[in-house]
Amino acid sequence: MSEKELGKKLDRCLADSVVKLGAGLGLGIVFSVVFFKRHTWPVAFGLGMGLGMAYTNCQNDLRAPYLIQRNIKVSIRIHAHFVLRICY
Amino acid sequence: MLRVCLKGANSAARKCLCGNGAPLHPLQQCRSYTSGGSGSSAGKIVAASVLTVGGGVGGTILYANWDPKFRANVEKSIPYSDQVFGLALGPGAPPPVINKPRKVEPVQISSMSEVWKDSKQPKAKEVEKKAKQTDSEGPPAPAPQETLEAAAKCTECEHDPTMKERPEGEVAARLAEQDKAEQDLLTSLSSNLEDALGSTAKVTLQAIGAQEAALQAIAQHTRQLREAMEAEAPPDKKSTQWRVLEDALSERSRSVDEAGAAVLKAKAELDKLRGVIDGAKHLKIAAARPSILAAEENLHSMVVDLDSVVTRVQTAQSEAKIVSQYSELVNEAKAQFQKELNSITPEIQANWKGLTGKLTQDDLNSLIAHAHRRIDQLNRELAEQRVREQIHIDSSLEQQKLEDKKALEVAVSTALEHNREQMRLEQEKKVEETREVMEAEMRTQLRRQAAAHTDHLRDVLKVQEQELRAEAEEILNSSLMEKETEYRRLTQDQLDSFTLDMNAAYARLKGMEEAIDSHVIAEEEARKAHQLWLSVEALNYTLKTAALNDPTEPLEGAVQAIKESCAEDEFAQALATALPSESLSRGVYSEASLRARFYAIRQLARRVALIDETRNSLYQYFLSYLQATLLFEKAQEAPPAKLSAEDLDTFKLLSYAAYSLEHGDLELAAKLVNQLKGESRRVAQDWLKEARLTLETKQVVSLLSAYANAVGLGTTMAP
Repeated sequence: MSEKELGKKLDRCLADSVVKLGAGLGLGIVFSVVFFKRHTWPVAFGLGMGLGMAYTNCQNDLRAPYLIQRNIKVSIRIHAHFVLRICY
Repeated sequence: MLRVCLKGANSAARKCLCGNGAPLHPLQQCRSYTSGGSGSSAGKIVAASVLTVGGGVGGTILYANWDPKFRANVEKSIPYSDQVFGLALGPGAPPPVINKPRKVEPVQISSMSEVWKDSKQPKAKEVEKKAKQTDSEGPPAPAPQETLEAAAKCTECEHDPTMKERPEGEVAARLAEQDKAEQDLLTSLSSNLEDALGSTAKVTLQAIGAQEAALQAIAQHTRQLREAMEAEAPPDKKSTQWRVLEDALSERSRSVDEAGAAVLKAKAELDKLRGVIDGAKHLKIAAARPSILAAEENLHSMVVDLDSVVTRVQTAQSEAKIVSQYSELVNEAKAQFQKELNSITPEIQANWKGLTGKLTQDDLNSLIAHAHRRIDQLNRELAEQRVREQIHIDSSLEQQKLEDKKALEVAVSTALEHNREQMRLEQEKKVEETREVMEAEMRTQLRRQAAAHTDHLRDVLKVQEQELRAEAEEILNSSLMEKETEYRRLTQDQLDSFTLDMNAAYARLKGMEEAIDSHVIAEEEARKAHQLWLSVEALNYTLKTAALNDPTEPLEGAVQAIKESCAEDEFAQALATALPSESLSRGVYSEASLRARFYAIRQLARRVALIDETRNSLYQYFLSYLQATLLFEKAQEAPPAKLSAEDLDTFKLLSYAAYSLEHGDLELAAKLVNQLKGESRRVAQDWLKEARLTLETKQVVSLLSAYANAVGLGTTMAP
């Protein structure tokens, strides 16, 4: 269902963000622990990277339908769609 | 009414007379005047009425006195009038109605008397005979006989009126009966007569024969006596002769006796015959007359014969008497002579004829002397006798005359009787002949008349027959024609009506067939429509099977059913095929589910209202979320008829759509939702699709159901 898509996306976003954050956190922690001697900046960096990645992913995910694809049919369709939109 | 008038008259009189004057005296005057006037007028009226009534009654009585019919009528119509008439006039005449048949009766009797005379006579004669029998049987008093006769006469009288009233057939029958009775009587009579005649004839013949025999015997005896007297025979022959004579005498006496007896018998028979003939004559049957006459003739002839024979016998007897007297005399003389002879010659035997050889002379002389003496004596006697002869002759003549006269008288009387009888018989015969002739003549005349009558009748009948035949033919022809025309007309009518009926029936049949066909077709159509409708209903029902969030069952089956049910209906087929394939395969969502879903979509669409191709970052998402939370719009807002540019706002659109959804207008909602742009549109895409599907399906289904209804209506409204 199209209305559930957003929810799914957001769920994915959330999940992804959690993952990313977690991963970022983890990597940050790891890096902070491993490489950067328990500084918090790698954690924050990681978190931030994670968050940023999550944000971007989420955004991309959310934007995905508006991206013009390279598929010819799709492009024609998009073209038609675009033309139609512009027409009215 | 009269009194009212009188009162009115009184009041008017009073007013006019006593209007102005003083009350009392003039009133009295008036009263007396008016009462007098009223009294006089009333009296006049009363008198007039009395006079009228009295006049009417008197007139009625007088006229009734004059006209008994009128009296009878009045007596009949007005009760108690007969008593009044009885008082006034005395008893009325008996009703004249009864007299007429009485008067009619004797006339009729007299007219029929001729007819009934002959036939009544035997009855009357029978009655008389019966009366006679009763008279002769015993000595009843004349009264019973008279009463019998009177009763007989009364019966006869009774017979007459009853006979009068009998119809002609009965009369003819009675005549026939009478004729038959006559015939019977005749036959009986004739048989009687014949029997009597026969017996009488027999007896008479017997008597005649006996008489003849007697005659013969007498004659023989006489002859023999004479012979014996006169002939000189030898004594032995004489004795034989005498014996023979004695035999003859005895024979004669016997035969005479026999004849006498026979004559008596014959006479008795003749009397009986006469009686029978008289009886037959008394019956007076015309047809019997010849036989009666013949019988009478026979009787007469028999009587005549008998009498003649009797007379002959009597003459013979008288002759015989004479001869016997003569013979007696001779015998006496002979005896005398013998005695004398014996006295003279005692030794001579009686048979003196054979004595001639034996007599002596003396004897002869004495004999001769005796003979001479005897001769002298005889001569003297002869002379004496001669002298007495005359006297004797005279006396004997006288005697003879007397006897002759007597005999003559007797003969004359008998001859007269015979002649009379003869004459009477002849007369009767002549009468009979003339009667027969007359009868024959009358018969011929009657026959002629009858022939003429029959001829005339025949002619008339022929003419009538022809006329009637012609008439009948005419009538027959006319009626035949009529009947023919009638028949033709009827047949034609029948044919016409039949043709009409047939045509009508045929037309009706045709109509019925057509109707049936059309009915069949219509039924078929109806069936199809029904089927279609049913299948459409099934489709509808399947549409209704949508649960809240689940789609309906796939409509494929129902659509297939529809497709099957309306295989030749293009419209339905088209419609059926117009259904979106997804509805067929997957089913469609119900409106309620869509409505429910819409709210979620609305929420979501609100939240992503700002997102479109250009603005689709996450920040925009956040902003749109913020907008959604901060922006309040009407939950439902009635969409305008025309959407303006500012109505294309998401929120407005969504509220319009909500409103239209709430009001059941999914189409409008879908249209409005279709105006969404960007992400909201993308979010609502599925919902829109579903709504579109549902709408399409519903449209198709409604079309189909409408079509089915229309078709069904059309079929139900078939002519």
